[in-house]
Amino acid sequence: MAHKANNERYQRQVLLRQFGLEGQQKLLQARVLMIGAGGLGCPVLQYLAAAGVGHIGIVDGDVVSMSNLHRQVLYTEQDIGSLKAEMACKRLLEMNPDIQVTTHPIYISPSNALAILREYEIIIDGTDNFATRYMINDACVLLDKILVYGAIAQFEGQVAIFNHPSGVPAVNYRDLFPHPPAAGEVLNCAEAGVLGVLPGIIGTMMANETIKLIAGIGKPLIHQMLTYHALTNTTYTIGLQVAPGTRALIPKDAATFRETNYEWLCRPAGAIFEIDGDRFRELLESGGVVAIDVRETGEIPEVTAFLHQQIPLSVFKDRMAEITADTVLLFCQSGKRSPQAAQQLADYFGSSKSIYSLQGGILQYEHHKKD
Amino acid sequence: MPQIIVFGQLTDLVQSSSIAIPDVPDTDALRKALTSQFPALATAKFAIAVDQQIITTNTLLTEKSTVALLPPFSGG
Repeated sequence: MAHKANNERYQRQVLLRQFGLEGQQKLLQARVLMIGAGGLGCPVLQYLAAAGVGHIGIVDGDVVSMSNLHRQVLYTEQDIGSLKAEMACKRLLEMNPDIQVTTHPIYISPSNALAILREYEIIIDGTDNFATRYMINDACVLLDKILVYGAIAQFEGQVAIFNHPSGVPAVNYRDLFPHPPAAGEVLNCAEAGVLGVLPGIIGTMMANETIKLIAGIGKPLIHQMLTYHALTNTTYTIGLQVAPGTRALIPKDAATFRETNYEWLCRPAGAIFEIDGDRFRELLESGGVVAIDVRETGEIPEVTAFLHQQIPLSVFKDRMAEITADTVLLFCQSGKRSPQAAQQLADYFGSSKSIYSLQGGILQYEHHKKD
Repeated sequence: MPQIIVFGQLTDLVQSSSIAIPDVPDTDALRKALTSQFPALATAKFAIAVDQQIITTNTLLTEKSTVALLPPFSGG
């Protein structure tokens, strides 16, 4: 390892008094995972590989397309249609054959995330959607991994380091934004547009933070978030802190994590909540669910066809904490009140429960049954 | 009065990157005033920082406070 650190390749950074041979050796021994080899991932990967980070993992299931090329500067027109993870790996090894690069040319999901993340010390999130970002955050909390976070929107970018062990307790992304926005609430690059150089700047900052963390130099953005505005060249850094209750939003263990539906958490507001009578019956029969009548006490018809609890909407907020099942089926008389209860439940429990509301209420359900 | 700076897509909702809201003693009052002046903010997700520190509970504001409204970004 010492001979590699002495390499002429790294001579200019080894010259730096704060960094030195020791810093170089730390980089060569580091294991870093880049999730997303897109606009942010490309500059992160280029600079980490060039600097001699010894083992780099790349997760990306996507292929290169023409509209990527204005900002994803590792790729050429000839790469269109090829896997980003493979193309990025090829370019990085051409740039620096001293390092090891492992490709994971798949989309990260709750079923594969923990096994992949476990192999690395620092996780870098350069993905492009909230479902994946919340999943990566939760996985890092479960595995005690440091998360270098970067995200962009139009002309602005955010950089932060979450879940660093120096914070007691460590701050994670959910302390800042406990629940993901619904689909469509916040636009992504494909919808809102992005200036190609912005992910270059933010990605380079992420690489810089990663190198500072590994080498132990300077003041990395641990439990801080920097916002950069490309049009005004202004930065704004804020201190983060643990928010009460957010730990309960993160799956409690690996098994729960694997079953969490992150796509569902980012569903279009109000769309997937509601299910019809057939699906309701199917879920009832699948077991492990609780059905809850949110009508007020004494409303008729009385439901005898299936087991259920009664928590009237008027007291739902106060009593919803007593719901322990992970899948909750809510119903009311005509389907107007149960979505309100579903929303309250979703706000409170976040990712830890799957919540459904019966369309048309018990009246339609009973009527349908008679047909 | 406290200075309020706005980030990301919130600038589209409030039509500015900086706004002034008079007579708000604390962040709860500020939230109420903001949503009555800009109804679109009621459903927008954002974190609030006072004097460059994220807050998680109601926080007193002074004439000199700087409040930042920070929305989540997803792009990569």
